Amino acid sequence: MNAMVLPRTSTWPRRLQRALLILVAVAFMLVFLLLPLAVVFTEALAKGAQTFVAAITQQEAWSSIRLTLLVAAMVVPLNVVFGIAAAWAMARFTFRGKALLGALIDLPFAVSPVIAGLIYVLLFGIQGWFGPWLDAHGIRIIFAVPGLVLASIFVTLPFVARELIPLMQAQGSEDEEAARVLGANGWQMFFRVTLPNIRWALLYGVLLCNARAMGEFGAVSVVSGHIRGLTTTMPLEVEMRYNEYDYAGAFAVASLLALLALLTLAIKTLLEWRYGDELAAHAPGGH
Amino acid sequence: MTLELSHLTRRFTEYPALDDVSLEIPPGEFLALLGPSGSGKTTLLRILAGLDYPESGSVRQGDRDLLAIDARRRKVGLVFQHYALFRHLTVADNVAFGLRVRSWRTRPKRAEIAARVERLLQRVQLQDMAKRYPAQLSGGQRQRVALARALAVEPDLLLLDEPFGALDAQVRVSLRRWLRELHDELGLTTVFVTHDQEEALEMADRVAVMNRGRIEQVGTPEAIYREPATPFVCEFIGKANRIDLTRNGRGMTAAEWNFGEAPWGAGVERAQAYVRPEHLALDASMAAPGWQAQLRHVYRAGSVAHLELDAPALGQRLEAQIASEDLAGLGLCTGMNLRIRPRRAVVFPANGEHASTVSPSRWIWWENNTAAAPAAVF
Repeated sequence: MNAMVLPRTSTWPRRLQRALLILVAVAFMLVFLLLPLAVVFTEALAKGAQTFVAAITQQEAWSSIRLTLLVAAMVVPLNVVFGIAAAWAMARFTFRGKALLGALIDLPFAVSPVIAGLIYVLLFGIQGWFGPWLDAHGIRIIFAVPGLVLASIFVTLPFVARELIPLMQAQGSEDEEAARVLGANGWQMFFRVTLPNIRWALLYGVLLCNARAMGEFGAVSVVSGHIRGLTTTMPLEVEMRYNEYDYAGAFAVASLLALLALLTLAIKTLLEWRYGDELAAHAPGGH
Repeated sequence: MTLELSHLTRRFTEYPALDDVSLEIPPGEFLALLGPSGSGKTTLLRILAGLDYPESGSVRQGDRDLLAIDARRRKVGLVFQHYALFRHLTVADNVAFGLRVRSWRTRPKRAEIAARVERLLQRVQLQDMAKRYPAQLSGGQRQRVALARALAVEPDLLLLDEPFGALDAQVRVSLRRWLRELHDELGLTTVFVTHDQEEALEMADRVAVMNRGRIEQVGTPEAIYREPATPFVCEFIGKANRIDLTRNGRGMTAAEWNFGEAPWGAGVERAQAYVRPEHLALDASMAAPGWQAQLRHVYRAGSVAHLELDAPALGQRLEAQIASEDLAGLGLCTGMNLRIRPRRAVVFPANGEHASTVSPSRWIWWENNTAAAPAAVF
């Protein structure tokens, strides 16, 4: 909102216009973002703090938190590796099928998460393509943690790559070439030049990927099998409690999930605030 | 040791970026690769740096095959057109980069790196900027950081890609002189790419003029300007009036003006003469020999004046150049009728126009050296 530049002579229709615009934006934010968030916390605490504490100290609640964090901890690093590799390929090389790779990276954005989950069931489920073989070797993917990780990877796949590709394309490869001519080997070039150049975009990608991995419902719901305490992540736990008319419990877990999201947001804001100058100074095109 | 580039060819899809390029660069030379964009000069530079490889040909230095050496180990300093400074590192860290990435066996001690960086920053007059980031520097300062960074690894060969391209005119001229002085001090073999002929002619020991992936001419700036080897060099370097000649008896003529007998003998019916604006003599007297021309316009540019003339006999417009001081002396004014004649010209047979390598049939004609006297038949 402070991005709006005021003309020097600010006449009243103009001021009215401005006030109206701000009002609309703020009202929208209140109704659609802040109000639901507030409801989550008030509902969670509606029946008193004791009920809240009881709801979240249940064994199932704890296991869902652990599972959510575990899935995020596996999905995010894998997506970082994939994202950097894909962005590198897209930004630095020309090859046959490059447009196709670009489209494939975007596929998870286009496909409904439920379908993503179904694909994995069809592939790895008992009735699926690889099901019998997996079953014979005692490997469980569907209705188990590997399935949750696979489904989460699918839906979060574009986040890191999509943040990095435009940046790496804009930056070009001159810095890396300079590093090579100066005698750097591949690792030195990557860790001393490429990574610092993309670190902010990478961080954004990681935060977005993390938020989605923790909050994903659709794809995870299909592959999870809803085994309480074993394959229910936090969003699934919220849904199950809600379906069981345990509103206080549902909102209690939901509030924890919301807190995790707020924490992610806080980290991002903190980093922006802490390194804001550096960000501005090093923005591409800043030199 | 002399750097020998022989028969380098590099293609990008269909069109050749380098087409059978051979060149020798003696040690300590300051060589300019000059040409329009797309002439292959940057490709040549990148091959020297090890960032690109030719399809065929070789680059040797004594018994060293440079193409077999990876860019990392080639001991080449490269300054990019846009400098490619590492934006997350300070000036001092940028300069130290090439030393810090060495393996621990060859890496100088921390204190020695610091001392060397300090010396280099002093050399490029940036000792006070060591702690700044590239974004906080001006264009000229960034260029000098890039230079210091390239020199830090003690290269055998320094390559500069359009070193002044991104700078404004004033900084450009002063940096030009400074870089030339630095080169004379260091004695480092230096190759720089430019599309700016003034830059090339002013700074370089030798200039290689490139066009469409080939080297049209290599020579001292003086030779390139005075004795251009090909029509392209004539047109690309400086200004030149192109005048069509036809055979008339034994001599080559253009609208009654006889250039005399060409050295290439009979069989060549047409030729092109290139006359520099300063090699057109003007005479206000209509009795003087030469073409009749009408003065169209006078552009004064400080010490010289550029004159635009219509020569109806030639059916073309010519450009002449005289010292501004002489302008008043001749009593010139727009619309006036004059006599103009060439005093010096470089002539190429017309059928050899596209044989773009050095043409042995090039004929340098000048007024006092012609056997045939100007045919004054006006």
